Amino acid sequence: MARHMPLAEAVGTFLKPGGTAAFEGFTHLIPHAAAHEVIRQDIGDLTLVRMTPDLIYDQMIGMGLAKKLVFSYAGNPGVGLLRRLRDAVENGWPRPLEIEEHSHAAMANAYEAGAAGLPCAMFRGYLGAQLAEVNPNIRHIVCPFTGEKLAAVPAIRPDVTFIHAQKADRKGNVLIEGIVGVQKEAVLAAENAIVTVEEVVDDLDAHPNACILPHWTVDAVCTVPGGAHPSYAHGHYARDNADYLAWDRIAADRDTFRAWMTDNVLDAQPGVFAERVADLEVVA
Amino acid sequence: MTDFTADEMMTIAAARALSNDDVCFVGIGAPSAACNVARLTHAPDITLIYESGTIGTAPDVLPLSIGDGELCDTAVTTVPVPEMFRYWLQGGWITVGFLGAAQLDRFGNINTTVVGDYAHPKVRLPGGGGAPEIAASSREVFITMKQSRRGFVEKIDFFTSFGHGEGGDHRQRLGMTTKGPTLLITDLGVWKPDPESKEFTVTSLHPGVTRAQMQETVGWTVRFSAEVEETEPPGTEELAVLRDLKERTARAHQGEAA
Repeated sequence: MARHMPLAEAVGTFLKPGGTAAFEGFTHLIPHAAAHEVIRQDIGDLTLVRMTPDLIYDQMIGMGLAKKLVFSYAGNPGVGLLRRLRDAVENGWPRPLEIEEHSHAAMANAYEAGAAGLPCAMFRGYLGAQLAEVNPNIRHIVCPFTGEKLAAVPAIRPDVTFIHAQKADRKGNVLIEGIVGVQKEAVLAAENAIVTVEEVVDDLDAHPNACILPHWTVDAVCTVPGGAHPSYAHGHYARDNADYLAWDRIAADRDTFRAWMTDNVLDAQPGVFAERVADLEVVA
Repeated sequence: MTDFTADEMMTIAAARALSNDDVCFVGIGAPSAACNVARLTHAPDITLIYESGTIGTAPDVLPLSIGDGELCDTAVTTVPVPEMFRYWLQGGWITVGFLGAAQLDRFGNINTTVVGDYAHPKVRLPGGGGAPEIAASSREVFITMKQSRRGFVEKIDFFTSFGHGEGGDHRQRLGMTTKGPTLLITDLGVWKPDPESKEFTVTSLHPGVTRAQMQETVGWTVRFSAEVEETEPPGTEELAVLRDLKERTARAHQGEAA
């Protein structure tokens, strides 16, 4: 049952050291503010799950909070590589990182299996792909009707899923609009779900087929305007592409990275996100 | 005729390969530019799909990522990512998957995972993303990338996305019913697989490119088809459309324009 609460309280209540956390948002609605709160609370030894790790996991990995990463595309989309992730994989800095690597199709299917209460996902995938040789969680099953060999991966069931959304109502029903990614599946698959939202409204005013997470599927709703920045929130503010380009330089050097994290995350509060999107607002 | 760069020739040659009837799954980077030039020139009704779930999108500027807001704003519909991969790709609706690569071999096998050993990589690349299944489930695959000794290698370090494997009927032996890579467009020319061996052979050289240049930038012995054509140079309109698109994109990504 959803409760409205401050982000710091939600993170401290639900995420424990050593837990498995999914932060989802497929380019759009990435829960940056929630990730920064986890970094401030220094909750470590995490298994981090995310299709496209991008900046937030580069930051969490660079701060040493991750022991394992489950992912399907570890790049800064359109910009290049994730330099903190690379440093962890190639040099073990600041700590070695175990990786479990999949394709997008596999992760999307695995979240869906988690939401559907199934033990595994089945799909036509990994044909000729070498990941199947290096990831023991990629296996195969044979269709009992046609004999076709299909790929199987375990369902994803995070301890905590974090997402960002446009709106919640007073009860905590959540509306997601635009590129909805795997957020619904990731929330339904999780033991607990924390949602940051742009705003709380009296009426979601959604059309009948809108992507809505009923309040009883969510544990905490935290109002953090701008909480996806430098990702974006459809109808609220645009993607800060210049920030994604700048990250490549910030993350290239360990000291520059640490200094940036101190100034922008450790010494900051969730409230700063609203200022960061002030110039990016889109006109409805 | 206007001067043009090798990059521009590559994008325009790649754009020409697409038709109005295609339902194209667009990879980020070079494929995205080519697909949108096709849409803005000879194929206005082409359906462009990005893995973020945006179907039938028509962005005014090139997206930096595969999920920029522009893609959703201009799409016919936006579907959840599991649906994208299950129904639309796995379901067989995609006529062309358009991919790039970090490393490519002569049979169109793609590596975007690691340089060096998987467990102890020299360079950890982003990985496969949607590509392994795009390569297997699209009815055919076009690849576009610049030629270099680093990229066009005798043996790729990791099979991220399967092309023609060892060549011949390797795809069929793995149970694939799709055609796999049928076209490779580079900054120097156009390649197509040999009908039997499936090895990519050069079918067209871009204007001014020599056979020697073709070989210098490739890590295996290049085969040329019996009749090698010269690629038609970029037309005035094609170039104007591409340059406008690139300029709008650069401005937008630096936050100087909406």
